[in-house]
Amino acid sequence: KFSHLKSYFESTDSPEHFLQNTKYNAGDADVFLSTKMAAPLTLLFIVAITIRAVLFRSSLADLITERVEVVSPLNAWKRVVEGLALLDLGVSPYAGDVFHETPLMIYFFHFVIDYAEIVFMVSAVCIVFLLQFRKQKYALEGDRYPLDCLELIRTPREMLYIPLKVAMFYLLNPFTILSCVAKSTCGLNNAVIALFILSTIKGSALMSAIFLALATYQSIYPLTLFAPALLYLLQRLYIPVNWRRPSFWLFTTQYVFMYLGSLAVMVCLSFFLLNSWDFLTSVYGFILSVPDLTPNIGLFWYFFAEMFEHFRLFFICVFQINVFFYTIPLSIKLKEHPVFLIFMQIAIISIFKSYPTVGDIALYMAFLPAWNHLYRFLRNIFLVSVVLLACSALFPVLWHLWIYAGSANSNFYYAITLLFNVAQILLVSDYFYAYLRREHHLTHGLYLKRKDGSEATLVLK
Amino acid sequence: MGLLSDPNRRRALTNLLTRLNAPICVVCYLAGVMWFMGLAFEPFTLRTYMSENAMGSTMVEEHFPAGERALATGREFAAHKKKVGGMPVNWLVKTMESRGLEVFTQSFTRKLPFPDENKERYLVRGTNVYGILRAPRASRTEALVLTAPCSQGNANNQAVGLLLGLAQYFRSQVYWAKDIIFLVNEHDLIGMQAWLEGYHHTNTTGGDWSPLHGRGGSIQASLSLELSSDVITSLDLVLEGLNGQLPNLDLANLFHAFCQKIGVLCTIQGKLQRNDWESTSGYSHSAQTMMLMVLKQASGRPWGDHGLFLRYHIEAATIRGINSFRQYKTDTTTIGRLLEGMYRKLNNLLERLHQSYFFYLMPSLTRFVSIGYYMPAFGLLAVILLLRALDLWVQLGASAPGTEDGLAEREQDPRFLPLLNKLVISHMTGVALYCLPVMSQEMAVQHFPVSETEAVVLTAIAIYTAGLALPHNTHRLLQGEGTEHGWRVLKLVALLYLAVLLGCTALINFSLGFILALSLVPIAAFITPPLSAAIMVLLSPGCTLLYCVLIFQELQETPVSLQDGWMLFLSVISQGILDHSLYGSLVYPLLALLIYPCWLLLWNILFWK
Repeated sequence: KFSHLKSYFESTDSPEHFLQNTKYNAGDADVFLSTKMAAPLTLLFIVAITIRAVLFRSSLADLITERVEVVSPLNAWKRVVEGLALLDLGVSPYAGDVFHETPLMIYFFHFVIDYAEIVFMVSAVCIVFLLQFRKQKYALEGDRYPLDCLELIRTPREMLYIPLKVAMFYLLNPFTILSCVAKSTCGLNNAVIALFILSTIKGSALMSAIFLALATYQSIYPLTLFAPALLYLLQRLYIPVNWRRPSFWLFTTQYVFMYLGSLAVMVCLSFFLLNSWDFLTSVYGFILSVPDLTPNIGLFWYFFAEMFEHFRLFFICVFQINVFFYTIPLSIKLKEHPVFLIFMQIAIISIFKSYPTVGDIALYMAFLPAWNHLYRFLRNIFLVSVVLLACSALFPVLWHLWIYAGSANSNFYYAITLLFNVAQILLVSDYFYAYLRREHHLTHGLYLKRKDGSEATLVLK
Repeated sequence: MGLLSDPNRRRALTNLLTRLNAPICVVCYLAGVMWFMGLAFEPFTLRTYMSENAMGSTMVEEHFPAGERALATGREFAAHKKKVGGMPVNWLVKTMESRGLEVFTQSFTRKLPFPDENKERYLVRGTNVYGILRAPRASRTEALVLTAPCSQGNANNQAVGLLLGLAQYFRSQVYWAKDIIFLVNEHDLIGMQAWLEGYHHTNTTGGDWSPLHGRGGSIQASLSLELSSDVITSLDLVLEGLNGQLPNLDLANLFHAFCQKIGVLCTIQGKLQRNDWESTSGYSHSAQTMMLMVLKQASGRPWGDHGLFLRYHIEAATIRGINSFRQYKTDTTTIGRLLEGMYRKLNNLLERLHQSYFFYLMPSLTRFVSIGYYMPAFGLLAVILLLRALDLWVQLGASAPGTEDGLAEREQDPRFLPLLNKLVISHMTGVALYCLPVMSQEMAVQHFPVSETEAVVLTAIAIYTAGLALPHNTHRLLQGEGTEHGWRVLKLVALLYLAVLLGCTALINFSLGFILALSLVPIAAFITPPLSAAIMVLLSPGCTLLYCVLIFQELQETPVSLQDGWMLFLSVISQGILDHSLYGSLVYPLLALLIYPCWLLLWNILFWK
């Protein structure tokens, strides 16, 4: 239905014009940030850090650390400590089936173990800084649209509040706070992804490839972010996505080599640090084959706990392909909008990954204020927010009934997990719809007419 | 998905829901209440049946002969109790040892936050005595418990006698595959709490007790025996435990099956089974029984000594002997045989009781209503909140129903930030209601001529009432939000908050959630600024509690005057606070920290200027 999306390269008269716009916005933003925004941002940081510091010291911290919604076998702090203890004893940290972090991570924590709380707080704040700059560049494509679309276009003023909103959404999101207080290493993975996004948007192909490799090295799934990163960098360099152009192939090859090269360096470094390949099965095998069926907010555990063993391989493939598969259609559909594609990919990863936690959800939720110009086109936002809210409250209640009281059972908990994920999928698809809808209106005008002159409505089927 | 993506159908549905919102809400409320009342109607309920295979097909034979001797032991126990003026520890230890049990004692001390005037205790010291009969037939990894309380005065002497008699008899049997622990606990639930926490190595409420020196396996089931006369007319089964938790229905089935087999009259909530469900009186009888269960469950307190076992995932019930003026009497030997039969069946268990229901209401001992049948009653009430919230959301112009969606520029987003003040102030009042009564009792006693208990209760009521004055004072502080838009947003937040809160409560304790929904939903749904304040107050959580007390007395056929009802209401509040600090009951913190602030939010709307 939305086949008439204008290609960016056809519609822009001169690249310089676009560039000027960008510079204007970015410059304005910097001035604004330094004057008006500094105070509220500082206040926000102080509040956010105070909340975390208080929670670290309170008795709630132990409780939160045990919650299955907040920590998964992949990123639980308890397991990191166990791995470190094994490392100190001279045993491979992967001996036994407890530790599943990557070798670089364990060496990182080897040095900062005493300052763990600070590390987690700093990483949370850093992510916000990283997400900040991303937004400034996301500029507007000025006056090449029909006149009645003016109200759809974001004014620089609206744009300028986005960094503050993003910061609020990330720092004060209860999911982030919980994840940080539980010292889930998910926060660090988020930081790596945020670094990747920042360097991509700054247009540094090398840094982007390195951080993407680091993110992939940490948890495989960010592999799917390769496509949007490549698309964005191509767009920045005005290289059209065209199979017959040598410049396209040249840059793609470059980027692939940078990516694979840095990935190879990291893997080899890990091998030399521990002198064994144990970590491959223990980290990536663990992520892909899902042997740990501890309940979490994902879709895997219940399904694989119920399944007959001989179907397991087949369904694991089906479930895992889910994460990677959507990259292809989405990349085709959103090839002019790589930043939105990044958002979609991160959301899909956090829904379909094998051991999701609330920290992953917090990352893509931090993007939502950046799309606040889509708000008017969202259709189910009320329904979705109510369901997400109710589910978040019901998780601990049903867990209590199942595990402690023994009166409910796993079906109750899984029902809520399902509902939670359905709500997330609805949220993401709603944003996707709204984005396409806005693009459609930008091209065709806000008030659509049928051929006979009557008012038309858009229906997505 | 058509509904979610097709704007035309969405608009039609939204229009329907907004136009007919009030009638739909009224219909839902009435339907919810009627559904609930219908639950007691016999054709709508299910007959109880034994689900557990291990207890079903294998009938056991009971031979317990020594009822008279048990009574004699009971009298001996009474004499020693009188002599010592409390628990005759040495005598009990000696007697249990002579019956071939491994005997241990546990001493405990507990200082209550304020004196308990109902049971007249403040600083509690006591000793639990328990003996373990080791299982001769299996690896001793599992255990069953039989408890009898050592009460003050002349109560429950026969229970202890029967317990010792059963211990002696069980010792001579060879078929036990689980350890059997015979426990005599002092100071009812406080002793029970000490023993259970000692047994499971936990300490949730900060009591002071000596560790246990002997343990059996993991406890599978437990029965508490209360027996105060030599002969009884009927046995009453008490199921309601801490926070409204119930044991597996199979335990009730087991009790009922043996009562039928041996021919003992059995009751639940003190009400006999009736067979005339077609008649009005028959229906009202079962409705009363069910309402009693609902009220007891909603109170969240343990209604017998078994109540604390449930927290540790141990199925437990209290069996209480009742001696009324009926002709037909049952002697102790028969009760002993009944217990023997039940323990032998429990002994056959291969795994924990889990086959049958955990969520149920019982209109009579042979009939039950499971969660699938009673949840719709609550759902119908809760959906009102969501419908009203949807209506408000539409009114706030968020989804612009008139034109094609998304085209009309939305109004200013609902601004949630100014509401933060109100939320914080309401919750601070809630925190004050939770903390201050116990903390400020000393000060209150110094300045007013009241006892500590009265001080606590009256402080709680004072803070509760003072909260009502908040909107007047805070309005002056928080300027610039007295708009039409403002209260709608506040109401939207309050509605959603209440819906989530009640939903979670109803899952843990259906009765509590339902009673709260019954009183809070109407005001939450239909409150607008000019609504009468009197209705609001009359349906507030505090008043709901008062009605519950009066209705409970009415149902128990001991109606009280309004004056006595008020005194009872005061003692219920103090009991609620004590239950929370002694056993960790959640009703008081739930009401003080969550429900009351939520109600205050609604109260704020009333005085919106």
